[in-house]
Amino acid sequence: MELIANLVLQGVQMLIVLALAPGLTGLVRKIKARLTRRRGASILQPYRDLARLLRKEVVLAENASWLFRVSPYMIFAATWAAAALVPTFAIGLHFSWTADLIAIVALLASARFFLALAGMDVGTSFGGIGSSREMMIGALAEPAMLLMVFTVALVAGSTQLSNVVAFTASGEVGIRVSMGMALIALVIVAIAENARIPVDNPATHLELTMVHEAMVLEYSGRHLAMIELAAALKLLLYMALIGCIFVPWGLAPASAGLGGLVAGGAFFLVKLAVSGTLLALFETSFAKMRVFRVPDFLGVALMLGLLGTLLLFVSRSL
Amino acid sequence: MIIAALGIALCLLALSLAATAMRGFAPASGVVYGASAALCAALAAVGAWTLLTEAAASGLRVPVGLPWLGTHLRLDALSALFLMLLGTGAAAASVYAIGYGRHEHEPHRVLPFYPGFLGAMTLVLLADDAFTFLLSWEVMSLLSWALVLTHHREDEARSAGFLYLVMAGFGTMVLLLAFGLMAGPEGGYDFTAIRELGRGPGLAALVLVLMMVGAGSKAGLVPLHVWLPVAHPAAPSHVSALMSGVMTKVALYGFVRVTFDLLGPVAWWMSVPVIVIGAVTAVMGILFANVDGDAKRVLAYSTIENIGVIFAALGLALAFRASDMAALAALALTAGLVHAMNHMLFKSLLFMVAGAVLNATGRRDLDALGGLIHRMPKTAVLALVGVTAISALPPLNGFVSEWLLFQAVLQSPNLPQPGLQFLVPAMGGLLALAAALAAACFVRFYGVIFLGRPRSDVARDAVETDRWSLAAMGGLALLCVLAGIVPGVLIDLVAPAVDLAVGARMPLQAGNAWMTLIPVAEVRSSYSGLLVMVFIAISGGASAWLVHRLASRRLRRAPAWDCGFPNADPVTQYGGGSFAQPIRRVMALVLVARETVTMPPPGDAAPARHKVQIEDLAWSRIYRPLIAVVGSATTRMNALQFLTIRRYLSLVFGSLILLLTGLAIWN
Repeated sequence: MELIANLVLQGVQMLIVLALAPGLTGLVRKIKARLTRRRGASILQPYRDLARLLRKEVVLAENASWLFRVSPYMIFAATWAAAALVPTFAIGLHFSWTADLIAIVALLASARFFLALAGMDVGTSFGGIGSSREMMIGALAEPAMLLMVFTVALVAGSTQLSNVVAFTASGEVGIRVSMGMALIALVIVAIAENARIPVDNPATHLELTMVHEAMVLEYSGRHLAMIELAAALKLLLYMALIGCIFVPWGLAPASAGLGGLVAGGAFFLVKLAVSGTLLALFETSFAKMRVFRVPDFLGVALMLGLLGTLLLFVSRSL
Repeated sequence: MIIAALGIALCLLALSLAATAMRGFAPASGVVYGASAALCAALAAVGAWTLLTEAAASGLRVPVGLPWLGTHLRLDALSALFLMLLGTGAAAASVYAIGYGRHEHEPHRVLPFYPGFLGAMTLVLLADDAFTFLLSWEVMSLLSWALVLTHHREDEARSAGFLYLVMAGFGTMVLLLAFGLMAGPEGGYDFTAIRELGRGPGLAALVLVLMMVGAGSKAGLVPLHVWLPVAHPAAPSHVSALMSGVMTKVALYGFVRVTFDLLGPVAWWMSVPVIVIGAVTAVMGILFANVDGDAKRVLAYSTIENIGVIFAALGLALAFRASDMAALAALALTAGLVHAMNHMLFKSLLFMVAGAVLNATGRRDLDALGGLIHRMPKTAVLALVGVTAISALPPLNGFVSEWLLFQAVLQSPNLPQPGLQFLVPAMGGLLALAAALAAACFVRFYGVIFLGRPRSDVARDAVETDRWSLAAMGGLALLCVLAGIVPGVLIDLVAPAVDLAVGARMPLQAGNAWMTLIPVAEVRSSYSGLLVMVFIAISGGASAWLVHRLASRRLRRAPAWDCGFPNADPVTQYGGGSFAQPIRRVMALVLVARETVTMPPPGDAAPARHKVQIEDLAWSRIYRPLIAVVGSATTRMNALQFLTIRRYLSLVFGSLILLLTGLAIWN
């Protein structure tokens, strides 16, 4: 009986992330539109887009291989698996021990790997440009992310997210400079990984300035829908990650009753709304940077991650 | 068991001689490779059996060799582990070669050396005295040198062979010094005597440095790596697979055997150079792999990266051991050894893929290939497994060892030395960078070779490779997947060897639910490759099924969109050079990459030229000056060849006096 309850809870978590992800994207778009004095599409627009894409036929390039057709599902599955492992409303879920933070980062890397391969499959110049730039950005974002993970793991004594949350929520942490640095590093990485301004522009259709969009240029129909959904899931994942590590309050333990879980869900919604608003604010107040300025931007994250780790040792030895 | 292992080694050596006699005998290649495959499979079984049963070490003394020493052989857990690695890699390479070898124009340039090379490597692993070890090591070097020279009519192969010979000779000389220092003034050259002899920290440090130079030059540590990306690709592909996948591991075995077993305690500060050089090697190796344009050279550079990762793990294990943290040392060493095993699997696989592509198209340069996923569908699937594994992506095996290594890095705050506490996370960052760059490198490798449109006629007309090759590659790909989803089995198998080296082992993994890895304690970290695999398979499969079922399953083929400007010329695709451009530019400082663009004057219709120059700092800063010094010294000393007999005699007399004076002062 307990097992079934646990499985149900884990299933709920998986469905919640899936159901909320397009809404979050819609929210960010809506707020961005309002900030630039446009009315903007409804928050529900991404759901309609997905439904429409799913119904449409796929127009496949003539020399596209099976890899091109399988990749959307692989990308979606890897991203979904990663998103299901980040605590959203509750911690200590049944499968939470499946993968730790390092493995979650690597799962996202798998998704990126297949997306970049798919970008090269048709053999167009835009696909290649997107893939090569995405891998360059990934090559710098991933070590920054892992250094951030090091900092958090050294503070919390674990890379298992549920345990990290339990530790940071306990209030033993206090306010630490290292954690602040880790937060900034994670935000920078999140911006780069999700192809947001100033690294990439998710709304652009100017070919030479885009990275993520250039890779998926050949996709259409249901394939595009899966990739869009995966991108929305990834954004939600990073927001949930920032939320659960740095604002760990309100997460219910898995053993909490229904009331606790619902409260946890409500907290999660508030967190998403706040972080979505902040992201929209951030995006509207910056201009996109040249692609070869991106390494400097990510270099900041890399340095902050490293400094955060080193500061921990300094503060410990004092 | 030792008898069986020794018997296999001798059979392999005998097979070499038999192959010499079989020149001109048409089925010789099938016979030699088939027999090698069977013998190597038996060897792998011997190794695995010894590890599984945790059999006690068995020794053997054969009264041949130096009269006062004889030949000491020993099979313990550490040798067994590497025997298993050697057997698996060599069996796969031999099966592959049954098919691949048919395309060889001059089989008599490969066949006599191939089994002997395998036999010599086996003897290195079994050796229990310095003389046997060095002799087998040298035989291994020479036979692999002969194999590098298979295509001796190509200038490239000849210069690669020369470079390799020089570096191998240098490496063996340094090893000779290391063993000489370890044997001490009494000259006890069998390993038992070396183990019992105590030595001061200074001497131990010196031996460790010599081992890093001697074994490291064979394994490809920066800056001794320069021969590797030239020599490994020059050999036929199954030999490249063996050299990269297996021979570098034999070098690794030499290092582990000496530093963890023979040398006794090593001071903590001696782990610093091992960790730093390992991490730097990892980053430099993969950076060069990212910008190189030759498929096999990319793989060779990536070997350098993986060797760096393994050395970093070994250094970490040394650091933990020096501070009496045996359990953590076991974690780091397990990470290193499992990565060695994994690297053998996927690097052999990828070299075989490169060989299959080479056979099908005759080309190794990335910019002549493309679109092979349509022409060689089976090879493409197996290659995809290989590149996913080597890019350290879950749920395959490359990620498991990388993950274990990061777990070990995360334990560094437990070290009492502040220096190491600072250093290890920074090096962890470098290793993370190397892992991420590896993914970029192999997207490029796979994307340019297999995806897109063919860039040449040969690529357009390529055909699928033969069944033997596919079988060998399929076997390795299967092992990559298995080692990724049930890594606990491999870790438990490695445990006796780790126990021998650091006196502790990782907790038993076999009993964990869902094959979960729990390296230290569950509250710290856990990872279940099997569950991740199941997760991805179910959610990917279910979503595909649902979408096809409930939404739309219609599909129409049309010309590529390419933003409205599709170009029929395959040259407009991203190729090897253009894909590398962002990373080349970001890392220009480290790669010493210079780009020059020559534009014709306005109105001139001549093409503009873009040239990229990449310089290996090891060449320009170390080797070229060294070669210049050696060259000028030899030119000067050349005069000594033309002296009169009178002067020669006085020269001999003078040196005698000098030596005697030295001896007198010494005493």
